[in-house]
Amino acid sequence: MERIIFYSIALIMVVFAIASVTSRKMLRSVIYLLFVLCGVAGIYFLIDYNFLAAIQLTVYAGGIIVLIIFSVLLVHHIEMQLEIAKLSRQILTAVACMVGLGIFLTTIYSHEFNVVENSRTTTTADIGSKLLSYEAGGFILPFEVISVLLLAAMIGAIIIAKGAKLTGKNDKAL
Amino acid sequence: MIPGISIYEILTITSILFFIGVYGFITRKNLISILISVELILNASVINFVIINKYLYPDMLQGVLFSLFIIAVAAAETALAVSIIIGLYRQISSVEVKDVETMKY
Repeated sequence: MERIIFYSIALIMVVFAIASVTSRKMLRSVIYLLFVLCGVAGIYFLIDYNFLAAIQLTVYAGGIIVLIIFSVLLVHHIEMQLEIAKLSRQILTAVACMVGLGIFLTTIYSHEFNVVENSRTTTTADIGSKLLSYEAGGFILPFEVISVLLLAAMIGAIIIAKGAKLTGKNDKAL
Repeated sequence: MIPGISIYEILTITSILFFIGVYGFITRKNLISILISVELILNASVINFVIINKYLYPDMLQGVLFSLFIIAVAAAETALAVSIIIGLYRQISSVEVKDVETMKY
């Protein structure tokens, strides 16, 4: 049963990822990306990391996709067709990607992984206590740093997005 | 771990996703499309962290926590990129890569 679910999720992810990078309509390409992200959340559910799957669904499928759709609608006419690269360049890039993929896969398949058979379930409480522990191996410092980073990114985004108006007011005040 | 699925199959899927993202990153001519490709690449790497944590070191949580941090950084990056794209569109009325040459050279 899990095999069938995994293979269908994998098929959906690969097909929609290819559609997302080759579609000539902007909005469709974003929606295809949404399906890929939902597939990733499905894989997290399959390996029993429910908290991570919920994060994936809320942050990516709920937040980032909405942000990208917002920017697409702000800067594009929906019917507009995207420019595509020259055919020779597409083929060259595809061949280079295939070569890279081949190198990756030969490296992966020639390596012996020491897989530990287990069916452990990680609860959200485990993740939370590890994230906030200040003993050895705890993650309290990166947690605080990432919160400051998010705040700085949000303020920077606001400043950049309304930059022209702010400088105009400053000029008048001076 | 997923019953009946080996680590090799999942790593194959993530490698394929990663290189689809690289292909889109190189061939696309539009800033928003490039942003979408970057999201694909980031997601492939996040799945790798989680899978290796689950299959090789099930007692640890490092992979999960690092993937949480990667997701947070990706969200910040997307917000900044979208605001830069909107700011650019105000100045030059275009989001094509070839028109963005203010900071070239």
